Amino acid sequence: MTTPLTSLDRPNSYIGRSVPRPNAKRLLAGRGRYVSDLKLPRMLYAAFLRSPHAHAKIVSINTEHARASEGVHLVATGADLAKICTPWTGTLDHFKGMTSAPQWPLPLDRVVWAGQAVVAVVAESRAIAEDALELIEVDYEDLPLVVDIDGAREAGAPLVNPGSAHNICFRGQLDNGTVDDAFAYAVHVVEEEFSFARHTAVTLEPRAIVADYDPAAGMLTVHHGTQTPYQFQDLYSRHYGIPEARVRVIATDIGGSFGMKLHVYHEDMAVVGLSILLGRPVKYVADRMESFVSDIHARDHRVRARMALDAKGEILAMDVLDLTAIGAFSTYPRTSVVEGNQVIRLIGAPYRFKNYRATLEVIFQNKVQPSQYRAVGHPIACAVTERLVDMAASKIGLDPFAIRAQNVIPDDAYPQTSPTGYRFEALSHQACLKRLRELMDYDALRAEQADVRKRGIYRGIGIAAFVEITNPSPAFYGVGGARISSQDGAILSLTPSGEVRCLISVTEQGQGTEAIISQIVADQLGLAQEHVKVITGDTEVTPHGGATWACRGAGIGGETALQATRALKRNILEIAALILQEQPSALDIVDGEVVDAGTRKPRLPISEIARIAFFRSDTLPPGTQAQLTVSHHFAPQGYPFAFTNGIQGCSLEVDVETGLIKLLKHFIVEDCGRVINPMLVDEQLRGGIVQGLGAALFEECRYSETGQLMNGSLADYLVPMPMEMPDIVIAHVETPTADTELGAKGVGEAGTAAASACVLNAVNDALTPFDATINSIPITPTKVLKALKRF
Amino acid sequence: MSGFGETLLDATDETVRVRFVVNGRKVACEVAPRDTLVDCLRDKLELTGTHAGCEMGACGACLVQIDGRAAHACLIFAVQADGARIETIEGLTESGVLADLQAEFHRRNALQCGFCTQGMLVNAQELLSQVAQPSREEIRDALSGNYCRCTGYEAIVDAIDAVAKERMKARSAGGGGT
Ligand code: FES
Ligand code: FES
Repeated sequence: MTTPLTSLDRPNSYIGRSVPRPNAKRLLAGRGRYVSDLKLPRMLYAAFLRSPHAHAKIVSINTEHARASEGVHLVATGADLAKICTPWTGTLDHFKGMTSAPQWPLPLDRVVWAGQAVVAVVAESRAIAEDALELIEVDYEDLPLVVDIDGAREAGAPLVNPGSAHNICFRGQLDNGTVDDAFAYAVHVVEEEFSFARHTAVTLEPRAIVADYDPAAGMLTVHHGTQTPYQFQDLYSRHYGIPEARVRVIATDIGGSFGMKLHVYHEDMAVVGLSILLGRPVKYVADRMESFVSDIHARDHRVRARMALDAKGEILAMDVLDLTAIGAFSTYPRTSVVEGNQVIRLIGAPYRFKNYRATLEVIFQNKVQPSQYRAVGHPIACAVTERLVDMAASKIGLDPFAIRAQNVIPDDAYPQTSPTGYRFEALSHQACLKRLRELMDYDALRAEQADVRKRGIYRGIGIAAFVEITNPSPAFYGVGGARISSQDGAILSLTPSGEVRCLISVTEQGQGTEAIISQIVADQLGLAQEHVKVITGDTEVTPHGGATWACRGAGIGGETALQATRALKRNILEIAALILQEQPSALDIVDGEVVDAGTRKPRLPISEIARIAFFRSDTLPPGTQAQLTVSHHFAPQGYPFAFTNGIQGCSLEVDVETGLIKLLKHFIVEDCGRVINPMLVDEQLRGGIVQGLGAALFEECRYSETGQLMNGSLADYLVPMPMEMPDIVIAHVETPTADTELGAKGVGEAGTAAASACVLNAVNDALTPFDATINSIPITPTKVLKALKRF
Repeated sequence: MSGFGETLLDATDETVRVRFVVNGRKVACEVAPRDTLVDCLRDKLELTGTHAGCEMGACGACLVQIDGRAAHACLIFAVQADGARIETIEGLTESGVLADLQAEFHRRNALQCGFCTQGMLVNAQELLSQVAQPSREEIRDALSGNYCRCTGYEAIVDAIDAVAKERMKARSAGGGGT
């Protein structure tokens, strides 16, 4: 008996295979080319004088001594850069009534957070530039400030932006159904107020940029450690008035980004201006302290939420208020409202209920801007929902698995629209729940928990279901008026020796873009993967596209590559057909050879077709023009987002004497549609989970009452280290999206989305015997001891 | 022009000549007294494989071997390393001492952006030179000064564990050895 071979069994089929990343060898050998490594001829170095005040008027700036220092080439203030750079405002049209003050590279007359860059010095070395900073005198006049959410909302609070009447950046509301009636009818109501601390990305490589303006050519080249080079090409062009085709942004190796490196930063804009003013390359690499005070922060939410259920534990309604604190400005070009918006829209997402009401209030304060960071809004929405579900379960006397099984949207009930307006194509909560229960060996864990509790060991088990937003279509930023592309482009060429070069707009930050794109190309064309070279991250050579954000690399970038490859294959087979005097449909390509489609008998190597087309076109029939380079763009259509789902579980131990939490094991069942490279997917999940665990237990940007960041170094700000992190067990369910041929959805944020919710539930589970609860992230030992009334 | 003022004759003008053996080659360079070894390696010697993540000894990105032992290049001044034998990722790669670790990291994708990776490798090499067969717990413990934001650490632990076993096997196959 013979089973027909599927594409996965063929020698060149790479989709679904765990193959290592080709570019990782270079990184392992210390041959990365990070922007922080770059040195150009005549390059100068920038450093910034930063504000010691969280809110102050700039009375005067004296730069005379700094300018006179040996080795200093330029000292620039806000006024100097404002002459050549237009300001930007971080608002989006679809957030009605949203406000934010215009921003310049450096402030003109007022500083609004401690750590804001005020004056730039460009010198022959970073050290000389830093020395010169000490010679600058800035006279400040302190202004009243707001640092916390409540203070900012009070009537008569000091105004972060004096031009407006209050500190509200945006207020929005969703109201779907008859929420008050549902609560009146409910048998059970659970309610809680949650708080989520500010934390920040802490990419191991800090932000880095080298701007190189060549006045003779009128050309700006920017080597930028960013995930979105096309967006910055557009921004540098528009704000500095340089034609777009004369702006080149190169983003080669990036030492981590997670959303943090796609926002406009004042220093980056300034460095471009400094290079224009000097006509020389200027480099700026943030040091770790600067990263803490100037990279975007994230989260910083206070959420009050309640859930109504009927007697059987059926969810009837949710009612939510989310207060988000976003610092002094909304970030540009994505805005700082997006996180809160996603919080109120993702709350309750896994569950089937109709009545939903949510209010979002986004509030300014005198701190650095929070904005999009890995899993924007997801961890908050997930923690709020999943904690309420657990609270309801214990109130009603249901097991956490049982209440979820009862309430998740059934796997056969799709398509579905959530009460918050999201349209789900197909999700798999039931399958994931079932799989997680087996994966965790839930019953055994419960038995063990009961057993060790007798000996005074307090273990907790927590689970959390999630929905993740991936593959965003133009329905979001495009409609909001931001020039952020949701399409991607690829250019594929057959080389004269029969290999393929693929230029693609999705970028690589270590998640494996180059690997998966080469897998897709090799698979679809019938080539060995090592004969595919993928080039990313250079606006001068790769076609325009959104690049890598919001989990779109595999889903959108991968589909772009797939479609481009099919077009190239058609062209190759057309030429082959002419040479072989065959119909193109009678031919296929396997392992670099054109074969007979039916018998798989080799007819001609691709390299021979390339040789003839490029060097002996005289032997092709008259009128033949071999098109062995194709370019293709793809923008998602159909559903506005490809939602994915999954569920996480964890087991941990709380030391009730010290408040310390030990993570024992973490589990995830995830459905990202078609898996292209299981090993890379698993690593993305693990990395994402660890980021979520860091948020759950350690990470917090702590401010003093005067708006000073008090833990802005890696010695004071705790990040997850290998010793505290558990092993992570992974399983998959695959529900490909029907919106693309490839069927892939994103996976980069799934890990982060539910990790803190899981830990929150597990800690509360562990504390059940003490009647103590925790509702705030991170869960520090102090909070645990306070909950236990031991502190 | 008024000539050099007092303020201009400062520490930045004074450089010191230091000599090291870096990756097996004798080198001499001029450094400022305040230059750290990581600055010197990256900027003066253009060995950019060694990274700086925190510049305060907390992240492990800057680990190199100094006289055969793993050390933080951000915590020592270049002048302090005068006369030392230094191996960076570039030299360790060339000599092949890390080849098995590198291959295993590659096979298991024990890196993403790669910025922490050479520090991880140097530390892994150090651990395996001290403890032939570390437990997973010991591996995690040994790496507790190496920060990685991208991976979940697990693949790194797996890779080191696998190499430890391979090295053990090779040693016993080689008739006992050390
Ligand atoms: S740079 Fe040396 S330990 Fe972080
Ligand atoms: S791989 Fe990016 S920091 Fe470790």
